[in-house]
Order: sequence, then C-alpha cells, then structure tokens
Amino acid sequence: MKRQRQIFIRSIFASLAIVLVSIAGLSVAHAEIRVDITKGNAQPMPIAITDFLGQGQDEGLGRNISRVISADLERSGLFKPIDPKAFISVEKSMEAVPQFNNWRVLKAQALVQGSVTAEGGDRLRVQFRLWDVFGEQQMVGQVYTTVRSNWRRISHIIADAIYKRMTGEDGYFDTRIVYIAESGPETRKAKRLSIMDQDGENQHFLTDGKDLVLTPRFSPSRQEITYMSYYGNLPRVYIYNIETGRQEVLGDFPGMTFAPRFSPDGNKVIMSMARDGNTEIYTMDLRTRAVTRLTNHPSIDTSPYYSPDGKQIVFNSDRSGTQQLYVMDAAGEVSGAPAKRISFGSGNGRYATPVWSPRGDLIAFTKIGGGQPFSIGVMNVDGKGERILADGYLVESPTWAPNGRVIMFFREKTTGKTSKSTRLYTIDLTGQNEREILTPSDASDPAWSPLIP
Amino acid sequence: MSFRSLTYVVASLLLLSACSSTPSDQGAGAGSGGAAGAAGAGQIVAGSDRDFIVNVGDRVYFDLDKFNIRNDQRAQLEKQAAWLKRYPAVQVTVEGHADERGTREYNLALGEKRANSAKDFLVANGIPANRVKVISYGKERPVALGHDEASWAQNRRAVTVITSGAAGS
Repeated sequence: MKRQRQIFIRSIFASLAIVLVSIAGLSVAHAEIRVDITKGNAQPMPIAITDFLGQGQDEGLGRNISRVISADLERSGLFKPIDPKAFISVEKSMEAVPQFNNWRVLKAQALVQGSVTAEGGDRLRVQFRLWDVFGEQQMVGQVYTTVRSNWRRISHIIADAIYKRMTGEDGYFDTRIVYIAESGPETRKAKRLSIMDQDGENQHFLTDGKDLVLTPRFSPSRQEITYMSYYGNLPRVYIYNIETGRQEVLGDFPGMTFAPRFSPDGNKVIMSMARDGNTEIYTMDLRTRAVTRLTNHPSIDTSPYYSPDGKQIVFNSDRSGTQQLYVMDAAGEVSGAPAKRISFGSGNGRYATPVWSPRGDLIAFTKIGGGQPFSIGVMNVDGKGERILADGYLVESPTWAPNGRVIMFFREKTTGKTSKSTRLYTIDLTGQNEREILTPSDASDPAWSPLIP
Repeated sequence: MSFRSLTYVVASLLLLSACSSTPSDQGAGAGSGGAAGAAGAGQIVAGSDRDFIVNVGDRVYFDLDKFNIRNDQRAQLEKQAAWLKRYPAVQVTVEGHADERGTREYNLALGEKRANSAKDFLVANGIPANRVKVISYGKERPVALGHDEASWAQNRRAVTVITSGAAGS
C-alpha cells in the first residue's frame, strides 16, 4: 500500500527528459516590445493565446495547454490574456506568418500560437511561437518532446519562456510549492505535508496526518524537503525524499530541533535546537554529519536563513528584549563576530521569519505590531528601506519565487468568534497583485521550490 | 480522549474562578464547588490522573511573551510538587504552549522555555529531574479559540501531563 503510493509519486516527479529545440523565425526583426516588471500590474500587456492545434483527441489537450499558459501569465499580473471569444480568425497552421491585422484590432501586443502532435508510444511533440503583433516578427519559437503525462509541465515551461522573452527575467511557473494542509478542530488540527504545482494543481499529500508536521523547505539541489515532525512525541527535524517517499530524522539531538532550511548549496541544514529552556542555531553537514553551533546566547535564536552566496545568515532573536532580525557571518558568532541587529523599523514592531531573496538584495519578513497586527514586508539587507506588502489579522511565513519577484505567504482570517480560515497568497514585490492560491483545505507554511531542473 | 479533553475544560474553568476568589485553596474549591466537580467527586481515585487534574490542577499561566513563573502561579506548582512527592512512581511531561500572536517557530522556542520554567520549579521543589520531561507545542494546540485576551491568557500555559505511574481511575 505504502509502496504503491511512493511509486505513484515518483512517476509524477520523475525528471523529464524534455528535448528542446528552437524553431526558426518566419520574418525579419524590427524594434521589440517589452514588459517592464518593476512597475507591477499598472498596465498588464494584452496578449492573445490561441488554442494549441491538435488532431482528434489532442484537440482538447491543445486547448488545455493554452489554458494553463494563459492562467500562469494572467496570475503574474503583467499580462492580460484576451478572451478567445473575441478572436476574429485563428490561423490553422503554425507554418505561415499570422494575419497580424486580425490581432492588431484586438489590441493584442503579442500572439502565442502552438501545436501538439502525438509521436510514437505516449510521447508528445509540443511547439509554440510567440509573435510581436505590431512589430510583425517572431520573438521566440520552440519545440519540446516529452511523455504525454508531462503536458502541464510543458505548459508551465512555455509560460516561463514567454515571461522571460517579454520581461528579460526568468519565470517561475515550472515550480512547486510544499506546504502544510490543515484539517480538523482548531484545538487539535491535523497537519499534513503536501505538495502542489505553483498554480495549485497536482495536489499530493506526502504524510498521512497522524503526526504533527510543520515548516517544510525545499532542497535547492536534490528532490528533498526538510521539515519538522512530532513523530513519536519527539519534535525533530526530518528530511523527506520526494522520489522514494523515505523520511529520515536528521541527527541525534538531545533537544527539540526545528526551523530547518537548506544551505544554498544543499549540503547543510541550518536549524534551531531548544534544550533546557535555551534555543540556539546549529548547522548539520549532510555529508559528514558534523554539527556546528553558531549562536551562544540565553535568548531565543531561531528562524535562520542563508544569504544566496552562503556567506551570511539572517535570523531572529529576542536578545534585545523583543524579536528582531540579526545578521551574522556563516561561521557563526560563537567563533566569530557577534551578530548585528538590522531591524529598527517603524512603530516598535517585532520582526520574525526572515527570508533572504534569491537575488541577495532584500530580506522578506513577518512583522508583528508596529501599525498592523501582522504584516509581510521586505527590507534591504542592512535593514533600511522597509516596505510593507501585505497585512492581516495574522500573516506569516514569506517565501520567495525563484526569480525574486513574487512572495507567497499564509494568512489567517477570523471567520467567527472562535473560528478562522488559513489560506495561501502571493503578492508582487511591488506590493500589488495579491492572489489566493486555491488549495483543497486550509493551508499554511508554504515554501517555493527552485526552478525545476 | 474526549473524556480527557472534557476534564481539561472543567478543570481550567474551576481554576480561573478559583484564581479570582481564593487563589490559595483551589483543590478544596474544586472538590466541593461547581456542579461538575461535585458530580465526579465520588469517583476520583487518590493518585489518579483525575485526582491530579481536578484536585491539584495541571496547568499554570504566563504573561505575553514571558516565560517566568508568575507569583500568582507559584502555589499551583507547589501543589503539583507536593502531589508528585506523594506519588513517586508518577512520571510527567510538561507541555509548553503559546498564544496565536507569535510566529510559529518563535512560539515553539517560547513554549519550550515555559515548559522548562515549570520543570525547573518542580525540580527546585524536590522532584527529581528524571521524572519530568518537557515538550513544546508552540501555538499548535490552543484550548481557547477566541481571538481576545481572555482566550490568549488561557493558551499561554504549561500543562503537566501524567505519562505513567498514576493509580487507575
């Protein structure tokens, strides 16, 4: 039974062997259109995405691929897909230059065409072209071959290619979210480790809800998740292997271990251990199993997070009397310089759960008090330039999209005197375009995967 | 399971009312007081789980973002220590909890500090450290669900739970 489930999950996440070939343009280049992603969704770009052409049973598949691409681009807030019902005439082949006049009257700036063709066995050949409607030129064209069951991933990969060509930045659609699915009464919530695509599709439970599990994070380099579990009433950090379904306790610590994250090279896990009423930050080297203590202070030191170059660590500590953010060298403050406080924001707020951006220039955080009960914001790595992006009765646990442009978090809303709902949301770095990620149940503690290799 | 959680609710209500009137003598209040206490009083076996919960009181409360044992909570822990001395086979786990207004990870650490404060108090009052384990649940296991100070005050707690050695009840 258990074995069967593991094999099922493995087949879903098996690496793809997608073959990618660029296809030549059909016309001559002119000046280019481009989307400026630093301005939020002030003026989303109108884009026409036609159903991918397919024969017989693949007609529906072609339509579904277009819908996934369209939904990805729409949710980014940067694009406004035009309702296909407004299309005047759709090209029946990809091998001719489109009738640009038909698209210009719809004010479409860009046009996406594609096709899907059955190959031998269960293999598919999917191709697309992105056209600049006013410049009358092909901006990008590619062909992918893969197994049929990968059609969603191919759709996300195409959406990423369009996003990258139009914005000049990497996309984030071919990614997954690991999170905690919540169910049952508030006094004794069942929590399950869960995984889904970034658009909320392909939902899978990784644990059965018997043991309380919290705060999962993806490995940057392997198909692994680190998280905390109360298995056997011993709260400890674990590693979950996505390909095998195997769960392994990390190390043999004499106290509670929690708040785990991988180092940027994937070779270490940094976490807190609490023992005898004191919480300190430790690392464990996953190859040698060597444990290093990084902090030595009677206060609570937790929620550590590496800078993307691996040279520094931001964490939260209440050594000043309230929870604030501190930065130390990766070697730690036991052997090196003491950590420096960086959060001195407005309104006597407390700061928690710092997350260094993938670009290295910002730290996202949860702020408690200082205006709102809870808020999610970003600050420069020196603590200056604080900007609040989202707030609520309780918002917590920011996580960055791999391109550093979007932050996901969870929000608890009170729905009555003694009830609440907990859901996942994304917000642009501009503070605009807040979206809920639809999940089958209440959801918390999201963590965004790197771009799937 | 449902029996136990019901008992907790009864016990905590009695404790709260006891706190406001006669903080020094909660056991007597619980035994002879409200309808729930009176109904069950005849069946409570000395040295049992229920004896501890109803007649001693299994929990102490903390101030916001604090882990020190409040002056008004010391008598409660002294009673726990006295009872545990009377029943030396009993092993306990102190569960530390926080209210919903902190971040999840910080609250795990805070719950651990609270559980250890209660443990240290019991040890200082003569209970061997190897009889007392601790665990933190952070904000994961609230008992009061309101989003107000009255509920939060009940959730900032350390609960002494008997894990073995109690008389059957």
